[in-house]
Amino acid sequence: MTGATESYELDVDGRALPVAAAWLGESLLYVLRERLGLPGAKNACEQGECGSCSIFLDDVLVNACCVLAADATDARIRTVEGFGDADHLSDVQAAFLGTGAVQCGFCTPGLILAVHDLLDQVPDPTGLEVREAISGNLCRCTGYGRILQAVEEVKATRSGASGPRGESP
Amino acid sequence: MPISRPTDVTATLDALAASPDADLLAGGTDLVVEVNLDRRRPEHVIALRRVTELAGHDTTDGRLRLGANVTYSEVEHDLAQLVPGLAMAARTVGSPQIRNAGTLGGNLGTASPAGDTLPWLLAMDAEVELASPEGDRSVPLANFLTGPKSTARRPAELITGVRLPRVEGPQHVSKIGPRNAMVISVACFAIVLDTTNRRVRTGMGAVGPTVLRSPDAERAVTQALDWDALTCPEDAIDAFGRACAEATAPITDHRSSAEYRRHAVGVLARRALRRCLST
Repeated sequence: MTGATESYELDVDGRALPVAAAWLGESLLYVLRERLGLPGAKNACEQGECGSCSIFLDDVLVNACCVLAADATDARIRTVEGFGDADHLSDVQAAFLGTGAVQCGFCTPGLILAVHDLLDQVPDPTGLEVREAISGNLCRCTGYGRILQAVEEVKATRSGASGPRGESP
Repeated sequence: MPISRPTDVTATLDALAASPDADLLAGGTDLVVEVNLDRRRPEHVIALRRVTELAGHDTTDGRLRLGANVTYSEVEHDLAQLVPGLAMAARTVGSPQIRNAGTLGGNLGTASPAGDTLPWLLAMDAEVELASPEGDRSVPLANFLTGPKSTARRPAELITGVRLPRVEGPQHVSKIGPRNAMVISVACFAIVLDTTNRRVRTGMGAVGPTVLRSPDAERAVTQALDWDALTCPEDAIDAFGRACAEATAPITDHRSSAEYRRHAVGVLARRALRRCLST
């Protein structure tokens, strides 16, 4: 790649990761996947349309394809890799598996983070709020039914664990 | 230095003076996409998100200033009481992820004819605040927007915010597109019933080279309204829709035909006006 280059450090999932001599125009999505070996955020549209590259930048859900990597210095980046692994799934990840909300899986990491973002801010969202919260995450397999079911399951489990109903199954 | 990360306006203007051709980066939802699609290869980027003076909003003497780095999400969630029409417009932008990133300054700087905040800002006679080494100036939005994606911003200038009057009265913003989320406007209409000055203010998006208003339609409906009861005769509502549609200069492109845009904005005008009236 010719053109202006830049070296910097990114704070990803609590780790300081150096990026050496990257082309200035590289998106955070590209740097995460191709330079830092973190393929959780998926690359599909590269224009902020599909949400499959959703990540948190300073606790704000954004599309990594619309973030210039060299501008993400001194920001706290969280990817789906930071939310759990095969042995320690987050409650949202477990609910997606349990309800069968995953088919091809391409949209799943972005949806997982969008659902975490919603339920961490609004513990008891209405159906419309759920639909709006995932409106930027395109899924072409599931028809969304089981994704919505997974959200309901996490909602119920979380309110059962801490809410007035007080009893979890 | 390929990227500058200034933290105040003075340092931003210095960086801009050193590289007048630098790309200004706010939320990235326009610029980084252009780079991804290889429509632009930046040699120098000035990243604005750390510039403290561009954040937040303040109200003084009945006027309101919104910083250029205010995001659509901030407008939607934090400013809905203060600027209800702008909050409605902000809610129609992209997706939550896009609204979390995209900024008012970016919408102004990109100056797309379909920019979602622009019709309401035009209806409010907003002024764009520009800083430069020669000093600050404010430009009425109607003069700032000079054509599709072109503005009156000079190379050494930075958009620092937007200023507008506080206006009492009902307001509404409607937009048409193929679905509710992730849609670039096919037609957009903003209306404010300024009950203090008894004046109807409007703005229309995606139906001309820049956002437009119809002074004739505004004048006629202002006279037809019963301002005490906030009612309007049906024939005057219909005439308002027609006059708004006639004032447009839409194009046909992959999103819509010109005829549909003109028709749609007339429907939106009638509908938006009705939503502002007493039932």
